[in-house]
Amino acid sequence: MGELATEKHVRYILSVEKRKDNFESVVMEHLRMNGAYWGLTTLDLLGKLHSVDVDEVVSWLMSCQHESGGFGGNVGHDPHILYTLSAVQVLALFDKLNVIDVDKVTSYIVSLQNEDGSFSGDMWGEVDTRFSYIAICCLSILHCLDKINVEKAVKYIISCKNMDGGFGCTPGGESHAGQIFCCVGALAITGSLDLVDKDLLGWWLCERQVKSGGLNGRPEKLPDVCYSWWVLSSLIMIDRVHWISKEKLIKFILDCQDTENGGISDRPDDAVDVFHTFFGVAGLSLLEYPGLKPVDPAYALPVDVVNRIFFTKEGLK
Amino acid sequence: MKEGEQQRVPLRERAEWSDVTPLPQNDGPNPVVPIQYTEDFSQVMDYFRAVYLADERSPRALALTAEAVQFNSGNYTVCQVRIKFFRLRLFLFISSLLQVWHFRRLLLESLKVDLNAELDFVERMAAGNSKNYQMWHHRRWVAEKLGPEARKNELEFTKKILSVDAKHYHAWSHRQWVLQALGGWEDELNYCTELLKEDIFNNSAWNQRYFVITRSPFLGGLKAMRESEVLYTIEAIIAYPENESSWRYLRGLYKGETTSWVNDPQVSSVCLKILRTKSNYVFALSTILDLICFGYLPNEDFRDAIDALKTADMDKQNLDDNEKGEQQNLNIAQNICSILEQVDPIRTNYWIWRKSRLPLSA
Repeated sequence: MGELATEKHVRYILSVEKRKDNFESVVMEHLRMNGAYWGLTTLDLLGKLHSVDVDEVVSWLMSCQHESGGFGGNVGHDPHILYTLSAVQVLALFDKLNVIDVDKVTSYIVSLQNEDGSFSGDMWGEVDTRFSYIAICCLSILHCLDKINVEKAVKYIISCKNMDGGFGCTPGGESHAGQIFCCVGALAITGSLDLVDKDLLGWWLCERQVKSGGLNGRPEKLPDVCYSWWVLSSLIMIDRVHWISKEKLIKFILDCQDTENGGISDRPDDAVDVFHTFFGVAGLSLLEYPGLKPVDPAYALPVDVVNRIFFTKEGLK
Repeated sequence: MKEGEQQRVPLRERAEWSDVTPLPQNDGPNPVVPIQYTEDFSQVMDYFRAVYLADERSPRALALTAEAVQFNSGNYTVCQVRIKFFRLRLFLFISSLLQVWHFRRLLLESLKVDLNAELDFVERMAAGNSKNYQMWHHRRWVAEKLGPEARKNELEFTKKILSVDAKHYHAWSHRQWVLQALGGWEDELNYCTELLKEDIFNNSAWNQRYFVITRSPFLGGLKAMRESEVLYTIEAIIAYPENESSWRYLRGLYKGETTSWVNDPQVSSVCLKILRTKSNYVFALSTILDLICFGYLPNEDFRDAIDALKTADMDKQNLDDNEKGEQQNLNIAQNICSILEQVDPIRTNYWIWRKSRLPLSA
């Protein structure tokens, strides 16, 4: 088994931001806010956040804010709750939450809660438990969770719980590891994990590990590095992570590295991208791989960042 | 690139766009990343920004939005890594296209366009790339506007997508919405049966089946459906005992009624039947373990079948024929855990944990 090619991954992430000529850069243009979060969080977990010019990133990020208070994926793009969370997370990484108008961001998110407790992604009203997580995570970082109806939000999430213990995107939707992360994360942040059937869900989640050591997101699907994050973080939040084989998963993630040019792919020998690089590194961090900063499974931010938000004077305001 | 796309005329060479000045993407005062779009797409977006900011509600604006969103579909092959990138879909929207879709909806409303034609447009797009949150959301918006008249069309549309990818998360999600909002439940159970006939391991189809029997207004609910569904599921289990989905479905049929589950001889006998085949018995064993934990008392047939699965080197609890009742059941449960530790090595720790948590009465 190889080792984590830290230096190469750092170089890869920095290069994604500079390359102009390939498809990845075109896609990243439209997801720049998410890309910034994935790339910068990975750098931080690898201990290299200092290689970035903070002021430059923050000034670009602030120019993506819409008058409604939400953030777009890039300058001039429509706001969406997805980009709003990424923006808040990036500011948290840099300890720059003070640059935003918290009330404005909060009122944007509050405006997206529906009567049944669910959240829409933007003014067009698409509903999904992903948005419940995003809203709750974002407001918690901003110390404004009390501005929404948490009880109803939790009730809606629980209405998406299935008989296998997992969660779907809407009531009755198939259990999916990505949605499970969102629902369990939201329940963890709101202190409602007692509503999860931990043993049942834990067994479903550990059934996601396949022979190669990788994890899939649903029964009979192929393993993918991104589930190293979604399945693993959920298992940690419900305190059942010791049920899977950590060694085999570590090996699977390391096998997905491009050891020449850096970056991590979805499966061994596929092309790398910044998204899977983040989930691979964050997964290894959850597995306590040496040399990585620990990551918080619910907030998807380094633990020291989360501690700064909640346990310091500035954090507590 | 696919055939026919070579003839695409750049916007700046088209007469109908000569009065518009394209508006390039502003990356802010200090772009962290000077990113370049591929040329064609970038040009379409420049025109889009101009039209969008001028709030031009015209047919040509509508046509432009169509051109823009198609860049995100398979109709336009940017490069071979495209396919891989669609795996990024779970948490992604293409944000500038978010804006294009939004504007397109405003245009559809202002121009009073025939929404059935819009459904056709979406369908053509989906033929290229159907894993795009925005497209599905757009489709739902159109179908919602059309109301029940869209029902048949939407069920057909999702069926078509599912015939290519039977686990397509968006398609299933859309289909569930159609059933609940527009109706069409009558044939849904048959549809699930049809899909499961094609692939009995399709967890999405099992999930839909559960959705139908618990939510259809025509079937009378879980209790009314239990008897026939148990028979159906047991048949599926016997055919493929390694199928996680069918076992979970069977358990789900007794949701909230653990006692009926423990006492239903159909459940225990299917387990016994699988154990006796000595192959693919992991789920059968784990089900027996669950049953014992909830008070089921295995008879001698079970004890023999489980004994027969033990291997020589196993750390086993020997069954003493003189032991009766509780102690014997505990030993059986421990044996089951030991077997599972060995035959399901990747989850060894889970089975060890189960063994440590066996209730004394088991």
